Amino acid sequence: MMPRRIASRTLIYLILILASAFFLLPIYLMLLTGVKPFAEVDLKTMWNLPSSLHIENFIAAWAQLAPNLKNSLILVIPESILSSLLGSLNGYLLSKWRFKNSNLIFTLILFGMFIPYQSILIPLVKFMDFIQLYGGLPGLVFVHIIYGIPITTLIFRNYYAGISTEMLEAGRIDGASLTGLYRFLILPLSAPSFAVVIIWQFTQAWNDFLFAVILTNQAYWPVTVALNNLAGSQLVQWNVLMAATLLAALPTLLVYLLLGRFFVRGLMAGSLKG
Amino acid sequence: MFKNFTFKPRILITAIVLLVVGVAGLYYFTHSKLMIGSFDVTSLGILVAGLVMYSAIPVAMTMIGNETYLSIVLMLPSIAAVAIFVYGFIAWSVRVSFSNWKGLIPNYTFVGFKQYIILFSNDPRFMIDLRNTAVFTVGFILGCLIIGLGLAILLDQKIKGENLFRGIFLLPMSISFIASGVVWSWLMSSATGSRITGINLIFKSLGLNGLISLWHTTPQPWGMAFTIIPAVWQLAGYTMAMYLGGMRSISDDLREAARVDGASEFEIYRYVILPLLQPITLSAVIILGHMSLKIFDLIVALGRGDIRLDVPGIYMWTTTFSGNNYAQGAAIGILMLVGVAVLVIPYLVQNMRTETQV
Repeated sequence: MMPRRIASRTLIYLILILASAFFLLPIYLMLLTGVKPFAEVDLKTMWNLPSSLHIENFIAAWAQLAPNLKNSLILVIPESILSSLLGSLNGYLLSKWRFKNSNLIFTLILFGMFIPYQSILIPLVKFMDFIQLYGGLPGLVFVHIIYGIPITTLIFRNYYAGISTEMLEAGRIDGASLTGLYRFLILPLSAPSFAVVIIWQFTQAWNDFLFAVILTNQAYWPVTVALNNLAGSQLVQWNVLMAATLLAALPTLLVYLLLGRFFVRGLMAGSLKG
Repeated sequence: MFKNFTFKPRILITAIVLLVVGVAGLYYFTHSKLMIGSFDVTSLGILVAGLVMYSAIPVAMTMIGNETYLSIVLMLPSIAAVAIFVYGFIAWSVRVSFSNWKGLIPNYTFVGFKQYIILFSNDPRFMIDLRNTAVFTVGFILGCLIIGLGLAILLDQKIKGENLFRGIFLLPMSISFIASGVVWSWLMSSATGSRITGINLIFKSLGLNGLISLWHTTPQPWGMAFTIIPAVWQLAGYTMAMYLGGMRSISDDLREAARVDGASEFEIYRYVILPLLQPITLSAVIILGHMSLKIFDLIVALGRGDIRLDVPGIYMWTTTFSGNNYAQGAAIGILMLVGVAVLVIPYLVQNMRTETQV
């Protein structure tokens, strides 16, 4: 019995380690190539360790992507903050003030997070052009907030549904109104779900490509569009490209590594069962 | 409605101030421009002024004391936004898809289902797209389910370092499809001979020459199958997390009872746990399925315009914004929507029904 158990445990760990290698391989490649000196960059020795650590690839990549990293930052900060405020209000109203057909309305709103945006792209471009928000970052912020309404509402609604209704009832007996309950009872309890939603919207907007490539001019490209352009260019060496990819992925990677708990909660909310 | 009316001067004054500020803002922004740096954001100024004006209504309504009406009034801006930007725009797209609009000037001449008929009867590229979507969807869902469930079962064995492993498996979820497409296109390099590199190079140095592959440049339909690898890399961890969450919610008593009845560990999974995980499999299939019907950025970064790896999302993009064939682009977009709707609507309706019962 015991040897068999040891064997099966070893096998389990072996599979898990192999799987980890598969999941870390692309990140390892980005790091490995990024820290190599130019002289040692050769496709044939892609997997060889560098003789010494260098950051010249990152400097070259930074020179290419710095304006776009800045654009992405200008995009995600107001977007994630405003989105979460809106989601919080909607989530509160839908979970604690169920009016007639509120479940139907919630479901109709939720559908908006599943649609392929190709099905609204033509009207969106024409509309953004009409209101003169086409081409720049404010328009992109606006679009991300609008199409973020379903997921932010969902996450907050599920979170608020877990706050006991009795507590709200007690507050109402004490004379608190709908807005008063929100300000003094709900909002102080909302910090964790604000963290979840801000991180989720940050990641979504940072990683978005479709809206960005359609709605912004070259000068205002966020980092995903610029990276894709860089990858298609014949002028950029692949080691610089790997460093650039790591730079583009770094903010969301760091958020995941530092605040992973909140990120995963947002992730799981996407499957509806908060 | 007015049963609980109490007159509160402060609230009335606040409402009037909001109204005046809103109207003044509307007047101002319709007569002069609002700039943030080099961006003309006059229309956002109008929107904000409109919302300020609108907020006078809920403020004044707090005097009435009917909180159901108040909650509806507060929800209304979001409802209106979704109504316009989701449903209104879908209707507008449908209208475009029934037209002949080709070129920069809108042309809404009604031609019925012409664009759809062209796509299905006389468009080889769309046929490639349909086949690719089918290959991708089946492989992607199966890959994520099998690897996700496998990893979840392994992590369910009271593993040392479970958090570390789980963190590693979920890590790719935080990276954009563009970034992962760029890296994987180097890992899955099909260069041969002295230029051999990427994973092929690893295979070669391990002596596994039989595994050396052309990856996504393999002749069709199998080339498309390789694009599943980066997609599974990104979402298998997510599927694992869903399954693991499900397993953890199954009570230990149930497993213990099965053990007492003489079931082996394998039988416990086969006959007790897996059947209980069926709702999770359904959720995962719907989430992953709707993602694969929409797949776009990953293929853009991986395929770099290779028509053999084309998918509807990319076809819609190029035919509309490079080819200016708006009518056909709209038809492709609507077909994508129909695909997603068939998958998602029953799920949403069922979700709504169970919510209502609570």
